[in-house]
Amino acid sequence: MTTSYYGRPVIKEPTWTWEIPTYFFTGGVSGASSVLSTSAKLFGNEKLSRRALYIGAVFDAISPLLLISDLGRPERFHHMLRVFKVTSPMNVGAWILLVNGGASNTAAVLELLGILKPVKLLAELVATLFGPPLATYTGVLVADTAVPVWHEGRHELPWLFGASAAASAGAAATMFMDPDDAAPARRLAIGGVVAEGTLVHAMELRLGEVGEVYHKGTAGKLALAAKALAGGGAALLATKGRKSSAAATLGGALVCAGELCLRWSVFKAGVQSARDPKYTVKPQRERAQQNGGSKVTTLPRNT
Amino acid sequence: MSAVMQPTGEPAGFDAWGDDQHARVGFFTDTSVCIGCKACEVACKEWNLIPQDGQEWTGHSYDNTGELSANSWRHVAFVEQEKPLHANGDGTTGLRWLMESDVCKHCTHAGCLDVCPTGSLFRTEFGTVVVQEDICNGCGYCVPACPFGVIDKRHLPAPDALPAFLGTKEDGRVWKCTLCYDRLKGGHEPACAKACPTKSIQFGPLDELRQRADERLAKLQEQSWNGAQLYGRDPDDGVGGFGAFFLLLDDPEVYGLPPDPVVPTAKLPEMWRNMATAAAALLVGIAGVVALGGRK
Repeated sequence: MTTSYYGRPVIKEPTWTWEIPTYFFTGGVSGASSVLSTSAKLFGNEKLSRRALYIGAVFDAISPLLLISDLGRPERFHHMLRVFKVTSPMNVGAWILLVNGGASNTAAVLELLGILKPVKLLAELVATLFGPPLATYTGVLVADTAVPVWHEGRHELPWLFGASAAASAGAAATMFMDPDDAAPARRLAIGGVVAEGTLVHAMELRLGEVGEVYHKGTAGKLALAAKALAGGGAALLATKGRKSSAAATLGGALVCAGELCLRWSVFKAGVQSARDPKYTVKPQRERAQQNGGSKVTTLPRNT
Repeated sequence: MSAVMQPTGEPAGFDAWGDDQHARVGFFTDTSVCIGCKACEVACKEWNLIPQDGQEWTGHSYDNTGELSANSWRHVAFVEQEKPLHANGDGTTGLRWLMESDVCKHCTHAGCLDVCPTGSLFRTEFGTVVVQEDICNGCGYCVPACPFGVIDKRHLPAPDALPAFLGTKEDGRVWKCTLCYDRLKGGHEPACAKACPTKSIQFGPLDELRQRADERLAKLQEQSWNGAQLYGRDPDDGVGGFGAFFLLLDDPEVYGLPPDPVVPTAKLPEMWRNMATAAAALLVGIAGVVALGGRK
């Protein structure tokens, strides 16, 4: 039995509302879509390239709205950009989102209008370079907190979010395309789901007792839903989705829904991890006893 | 106060104040003389014009404040336990009543300050950590970044509320102890220390407080007090030592404090490197998946 003060939490749970886990998903889609678009273009699949470009741009336009809406003072959103601060993943992320979103939307608009091709290519290049950081920094964002299940998951989280982003970007593209042209997107969706599932498992192995929140309460339900939806969607894409548009659309939608649930399960796991003091106290007490970590000056005991 | 001292465990950026830098100040909260009067809580709310946030009977001894929050910057914890007062077997009577006035630790390495994306949280010329309320945009990142659960968002109505269609009407910003920044600038001690009737809350230059705490602990040792320990005094703990540290009579977790707090940003360089590798892998991975295999 871990000691606590009337069972109260030691740390505060995040105050973030629904917009933040949703943004983890939308930011992932646009970040990975930027890379998918450029890769498809390089390897001669113009249709997929254009589709991924538009999808990335749309999600890049939604993301800042979600983030601003979550702020306690939305009218002060631009205060994020009054400094550049590497000790703050949120600050760095705001800059990454600004660059990636600006570039992907510039490229998409120029593509639609069919003008200024050199500028468009430059914008696509910038979006491609800033896409992977956009898809992965959110893993650092949550890991750089005192929330045990997030902080101890710091080794896997950026990889997990990257894999999830790849899966959802591929899946989103298959939803809006003729299956004949969507093979690379399907492979990305399926490969992303497999990688994401493996990384979830690796993270839980490392987390041990701290990771049990992924099997409890809302986080547990969401983690199960993520597995079922993404797994089912990937299976559909691998089979009927190769031929039938309807199956591809459904499969893509299922994978996207699964990846959205995954981000939500990570978010809810953090809330649950902060709420129960044992996840904060127990590992710290063990650490303190092993290496005198807390360096407290103690007198002889009588308990 | 104007003399620049060289305390151990210097906070990052503290010396950027140059000639305006003061000696680093803080609190030594000696819980062995706390009588649980809550004068500190009241003085803090009065001086800092902290709004009322309702009344709740918790049933947890005399503690109806519950925790440090956006609207409680001092919190007196009450612990009732069956433990002997002395370690040497004397006075082994039934109940021991522990009281501890908790406060923001003003860490040497402050997680809240590190992660604040707007620069609203800053290191003052006194070495303390303060929120600039005209800059804070209520992103909430500092809230889970604090290893002690000190800072929090204020959900009460804002004094200068915007029209409803322009945003939420709640305050929406984060608040915590400022170590009475305004009083320090005027050469006064913080309101809680001023109001404390037993000198459980002691204010002063940090190195002086550390010395005083060592002497106090030695005295309690002489009298064989059970479980007495200094918490946050040491500059090489996980947050580089507290600006506001404590003498406790039991383990930190008994009072709702983390036993071995570490600032999350200690691991941030490692996390950025890990992310850079993951991002590169994502770039190469997507390109590879598209390149390998046909269009069908």
